[in-house]
Amino acid sequence: MNTTAIITMVLAQGIVSLFTFYFFYKVLTIKPHQEPDSYSENDKESDRQ
Amino acid sequence: MSVKVDSWGSRVGLILAMAGNAVGLGNFLRFPVQAVQNGGGAFIIPYLICFLVMGIPLLFIEWSTGRYGGKFGNHSTPYILDTMSKGRIWKYVGVFGIFTNIAVAAYYCYIESWTISYVYHSIVGTFNGLSQGAVADFFNNYIDIGTSTTGIPYEAVIFYIACIILNTYILSKGLGGIEKVAKIGMPLLILFGVVLAVKGLTLGTSGASDLFPNANAWDGLNFLWTPQFDSLTNPKVWLAAAGQIFFTLSVGMGTIHCYAAYVKPKDDIALNAVSAGFMNEFVEVVLGSLIVIPIAAGYLGLDWVIQNAGFGMAFQTMPYLFQQWGGVLAVFAGVLWFGLLFFAGITSSLAMGTPWMGFMQDEFSWSKNKSAWSFGALILAMGLPTVIFYKQGLFDQYDYWAGTVSLVVFAFLETILFSYIFGIKKGWIEITSGADIKVPGFYKYIILIITPALLGWVLVSSIPDWIDKVKDTDTNNKEWFAENYYAENFEASGAKAGTVDEVKDDYILLSFENQKKVFDKASGKVDIVPFIDHKIYKFDLSKNQKTIVNIGDTVAPKDKIATGDFTNDTFYKFLGRMLLLSLFLFISIIVAIAYRKRTKEERIKL
Repeated sequence: MNTTAIITMVLAQGIVSLFTFYFFYKVLTIKPHQEPDSYSENDKESDRQ
Repeated sequence: MSVKVDSWGSRVGLILAMAGNAVGLGNFLRFPVQAVQNGGGAFIIPYLICFLVMGIPLLFIEWSTGRYGGKFGNHSTPYILDTMSKGRIWKYVGVFGIFTNIAVAAYYCYIESWTISYVYHSIVGTFNGLSQGAVADFFNNYIDIGTSTTGIPYEAVIFYIACIILNTYILSKGLGGIEKVAKIGMPLLILFGVVLAVKGLTLGTSGASDLFPNANAWDGLNFLWTPQFDSLTNPKVWLAAAGQIFFTLSVGMGTIHCYAAYVKPKDDIALNAVSAGFMNEFVEVVLGSLIVIPIAAGYLGLDWVIQNAGFGMAFQTMPYLFQQWGGVLAVFAGVLWFGLLFFAGITSSLAMGTPWMGFMQDEFSWSKNKSAWSFGALILAMGLPTVIFYKQGLFDQYDYWAGTVSLVVFAFLETILFSYIFGIKKGWIEITSGADIKVPGFYKYIILIITPALLGWVLVSSIPDWIDKVKDTDTNNKEWFAENYYAENFEASGAKAGTVDEVKDDYILLSFENQKKVFDKASGKVDIVPFIDHKIYKFDLSKNQKTIVNIGDTVAPKDKIATGDFTNDTFYKFLGRMLLLSLFLFISIIVAIAYRKRTKEERIKL
């Protein structure tokens, strides 16, 4: 592979991966909203925003 | 009156289901081919720009529109759109959001059934020792429903029906069933993709054979990612990028609205939308570019890839390439690849069932079971003709009109509704309400101006193609039933003629001058090289079809080459269009009945 191809690939895939993991990490770590929320599995949890 | 109490189990489940809805076969097959054909690495620039100014805005529009409709107990586009304006017409625009899903699911389940069948054939070793041509022939035999590759009669139909039953059963369990499949399917899909991508990245020159001594996986990656910056000034490249973003995100279908309609008004949709959208991009840009192209280039060479890259590679080429890995690894790779495609397919086809189910539950108080099995029955009725007349082009009509045109039309109209009729002020409040991220303010103007303009451009540019499709300009045999058969064009312009090399009563082999693209490693450019190509016609003696040309004859497009009784593909294509039109009218009538019912029950808006 030539250098420009490697740079383009690493940059494109790096940017996309970075944003994907960042947003998904945010989803996983943000506290759920006050009940009743849209999701049924956390209905019994007490620690909320 | 609505009886719906369905809800998503968890936020992660919703995002995985939404990402699964977007991730499809196109992520692995369409994206790399589009990149190869439109500027290589430079394609990523218009692609990512279109993602930011068209993809994400459309995701915001559809998520917020869905959640807004859900507030009023509406879970499918006809009445979601109806709540957003005073005009009575919008619920009929919303018909697209059910129509597209039924029509696409009808043929999509057929592709999905191929993946199940190919997993089975990979495990039992059907492809062991087969040549590249034999693997391609296997596929052609498989879709010829009269032929059986397993001993099961009408095998393709049986696998298709089994696939519909599986989808319908999961749908009958409601959102919980869909969420479970997404939670299992999406991680497995990513895992399978990573394993295959690592192989694609590390293949190098180890796949080169005597037949393809120059094969090198790095050449494939090099060609895919080397930016040809001059392509950025070509509007066609931008159009291709906009089209790819549009189709990869599953926008314009009505499924996103439906999933989002189960989100409560105070809960976030902005972060959900970008998270699911970027997850799709990860699968496409990272995994999609590292599997098909490098593996195919590693075994067959870059020239073969440039010449043949397309959707058919998934079933006609990949099983042959995996055989080169030998023994258990070949079985393993086959299961991973077709398993990956299966999960990509089923997470999308399940989403397609929900708008119809949501509508029937909202408007007619149908149970989950009844609405799911009625969806199964509908797609079976609509899909069987695509299975039976696949080779006659009926499948392609569904793919074009329902899977392409309908999406663009609906997305354009919903964007106009959101930005100008519902109003960007109210729309912006809907997007940002309950948001767990700060949505940049400039997106308000992008949604107002750039997104509709881009969509309008995609829409207008495709109109000449619609006309060509209706006029069947791709064939010289336009009559449905004919007594003569005419030679088709040898290439796109229709200017070239061919010479008859071989002829029998039911067979003609023609040769003609053609051009192919060849990669010049020294200059890094693609050269056009002339070569002698061949075209074969086969006729059916039982239908009195008989060739009327002789060896050495020059045959031009539209020249008569056989006589007998012919039922041309244009008949089946017309049939496909009429079936789609009937489906659209059928759903419109149901929407009208629902409207009368709402009026009677005084549930209608003022």
